[in-house]
Amino acid sequence: MTPIPRRRTRPRPALILLGALTAALVALPLVFVMAEATSGGLGRAGFLLARPKVVELLGNTARLVIAVTVLSVFLGTVTAWLTECTDLPGAPLWRVLLVLPVAIPEFVSGYAWVSFTSTVRGFGGAVLISTMSLYPLVYLPVVAMLRRRDPTQDDVARSLGLTDAQVIRRVVIPTLRPAMLAGALIVSLHLLGEYGAFSIVRYPTFATEIVTEYDIGFDPAAAGMLSMVLVVLCSTILAAESRAAGATTYARIGAGAARPSAPARLGRALPLTLASLTGLAALALGVPVATLGYWLLNGGSTTLPPASIWSATSTTLLLSLAAAGASTLCALPVALLAVRYRTRLTLLLERGAYTARALPGAVVALALVFFALRYAPPLYQSIPLLITSYVVLFLPLALTAIRAVLVQIPARLAEIGEGLGVGRGQVLIRITLPLLAPGLGAGAALVFLATATELTSTLLLRPTGLETLATQFWVYLTGLAYGAAAPYAALMIAVSAGPTYFLTRWQPSTATAAAPFTTPERAAPAGLVGAS
Amino acid sequence: MSWTNLPRAAWPTHHKSARTDPPGIPRLAGAAVSVRTLAVVSAVVLASCSAPSPNSAAPASGSPVSTATPNGAGEKITVYSGQHEQTAKLLVDAFTKATGITVNLRSADEASLANQILQEGAASPADVFYSENPPALEAVRENHLLAQVDPTTLAAVPAADSSPQGQWVGVSARAAALAFNTNQTTDAALPASVLDMASPGWVDKFGYAPTETDFQPVVTAIARLKGADTATRWLAEVKAHGKPYPDNETLVAAVNTGEVATGILDHYYWYRLAREVGPAHTTSALHYFGPGDAGSLVDVSGAAVLASSKHASAAQKFLAFLVNKDGQNIIATSDSFEYPLGSGVVTAQPLRPFNQLRPPALTVEDLGDGKASLAMLQQAGML
Repeated sequence: MTPIPRRRTRPRPALILLGALTAALVALPLVFVMAEATSGGLGRAGFLLARPKVVELLGNTARLVIAVTVLSVFLGTVTAWLTECTDLPGAPLWRVLLVLPVAIPEFVSGYAWVSFTSTVRGFGGAVLISTMSLYPLVYLPVVAMLRRRDPTQDDVARSLGLTDAQVIRRVVIPTLRPAMLAGALIVSLHLLGEYGAFSIVRYPTFATEIVTEYDIGFDPAAAGMLSMVLVVLCSTILAAESRAAGATTYARIGAGAARPSAPARLGRALPLTLASLTGLAALALGVPVATLGYWLLNGGSTTLPPASIWSATSTTLLLSLAAAGASTLCALPVALLAVRYRTRLTLLLERGAYTARALPGAVVALALVFFALRYAPPLYQSIPLLITSYVVLFLPLALTAIRAVLVQIPARLAEIGEGLGVGRGQVLIRITLPLLAPGLGAGAALVFLATATELTSTLLLRPTGLETLATQFWVYLTGLAYGAAAPYAALMIAVSAGPTYFLTRWQPSTATAAAPFTTPERAAPAGLVGAS
Repeated sequence: MSWTNLPRAAWPTHHKSARTDPPGIPRLAGAAVSVRTLAVVSAVVLASCSAPSPNSAAPASGSPVSTATPNGAGEKITVYSGQHEQTAKLLVDAFTKATGITVNLRSADEASLANQILQEGAASPADVFYSENPPALEAVRENHLLAQVDPTTLAAVPAADSSPQGQWVGVSARAAALAFNTNQTTDAALPASVLDMASPGWVDKFGYAPTETDFQPVVTAIARLKGADTATRWLAEVKAHGKPYPDNETLVAAVNTGEVATGILDHYYWYRLAREVGPAHTTSALHYFGPGDAGSLVDVSGAAVLASSKHASAAQKFLAFLVNKDGQNIIATSDSFEYPLGSGVVTAQPLRPFNQLRPPALTVEDLGDGKASLAMLQQAGML
């Protein structure tokens, strides 16, 4: 098959500048970590790094990242195939149920599991809780990819004598690879930095150790040194993903629209499939929701929530909307540079944007405290700074969503537009952005969900007196007032329901999205083209 | 100058610089929403926070309360609180009512707040740091960020319960105790010393939360009373036989459900849980170790004025309020279930009376900033 030729044109300086600004913003925590690590205390850092515990932590972190990533990719891909490519009854409902777990913060699900059963502990518990809340991050990009791919190539493959299993292995999986890799990347980086859930199930990782060093040792130098280890781990994962993804772009070229695929029949596998999906929903959603319900009904502190619960709700909504918009805007130039103008530098910019994701939220927030007080004191504990911290934390979510769609839009479309005398700005507005809309929407929705449940950074950077649902939930939870805390968690889930529903809906199929823009080149072979 | 004092006109520029809004790229619908919401959120917050601040420079810290502005109306202080939020709110409201000074209450985990203050340094917007345990205060004090507390405030509580240097005042106290599941054991069957909890008879029956700031002081107390070697050996045995928990909230719930037979924690965790689950679901109780035992430790919560405070006199008034009769009465009746320390007030909650606690003879200085026990916990592989 024909590889899509790489663009040789240079990006506009404005685009480079925007990308570089975003990358610089996201790199702030890295600079902070390095400054902290080398601020003295090297002797103590040496002691901390040379402990036998470090080997255990490294092993724990590696085991966890591998197990949860593999499981999430498996669950996310299989469930995506079930809801998109089969005759599964009630698919629209399953789509919502399968995505909703991302709306439950890990400090809620972690607490729910621990109070539900004492068996969810250690490695098994950490794997269970993280997989249940993270597999949607694979499910979503895979669904998007499944909807956009052209099923005709399956027919072509079959006509060439491949069995169904071979079609899946040699045709379907390779086209889904970018989505699976993007999901795997987000999941594994998240695991490196996650603190709350692992602390609740008593599974020590590098991130829990760093937070302990801050919280009990009050030793930022040692914490910085340990964070450097996380940065190294993160770079390894980023490099691995880069190698695996390569320079492949996946775009349909040639005339015609993709034909909607005929759903595969589940047949006798249907009862087992339904039972498995129900089991998954019970684990991922049932346990946290049931626990909240129990406390709402039985907690000694259960009262009518104060009127301030509504202002906390609207604050959460507005902050999440602002963070979603800002993150998507910042991610766009980075994604355009990395996909459309792929060079060593633009790739480095894009990879760099992911590193902050692997650091615990507390480190990122302290980095912004550090820089804001030194270089922009009036911004300290202001809403713009709080939103900036959300951008730094959640930019990778928007970035992967935008990237996944961008690699499927033929660069040729933009070239044709320019060839017809339309300026680059107009090409962006009239061709690229409309085609990119599903990616932009998905990215914004993911950032919204993540912001609505964010706690660590919000506690540190919010203006004094600003309450969100997460901070209020935390206040009551630490006071052991579960009954009073439950309504806040329930509202967090309710606020997230809108974007979740949107995520499952607003991913138009290839037929409607790509058809008007297919290129008029008749010579090119039809079908999806992949080339490394 | 703290951010709260900024004139409104200064704001729009901040929006721009913080959002790194790419001017070359046309705005999408979503982005337009975000700009508007940003403005709305900012306006709401500004409206609630931009009350006129006093222009009068605050008197130097350490000045007696009586010479400060008699009427505090219009004054405003920021309190970083790691304490029980509901109680802190009650205290703040009563303080505002009594003095006219308004309070920005910023509640978070005490350790996060201490780290935040360490990063903020002299630029901290905080005037008061109200913490749960001394190590957080001591960490800030060691970095020379605390001012001297007014002598009259210090005099309201026993001298042994405040900072030896007079840089923070003890406000309330909590007692270490052993929560036990009443279906699995009895008060009489439990030992008189926390040291015995590491013995083979308690394999898998002793819960502890090594990352909590309440567990460290017990380790420090063992080291002070019996020597560092004993403490190290005890930790090794606890590590081998005990069950670690991420925090005291989880630990006390696990004891109540019977997941673990006993757990060492501060008394109030058990009272808060018992209040929440109700008598019908309370299948646990508290055991107090013997007189003078490391497990009978009584630890204090304290508050301090930051050296960088621009409202030092108002901040000193807040500390004075925390330990006077009104403040202490709020603590005595609140759901934090802590012991009031000063002004002769005793708790109104059904706790073991404060004067019947038999803590070991250790000073705040003996317990220190907890760094020694932190190293021990790390050597033992608990952290």
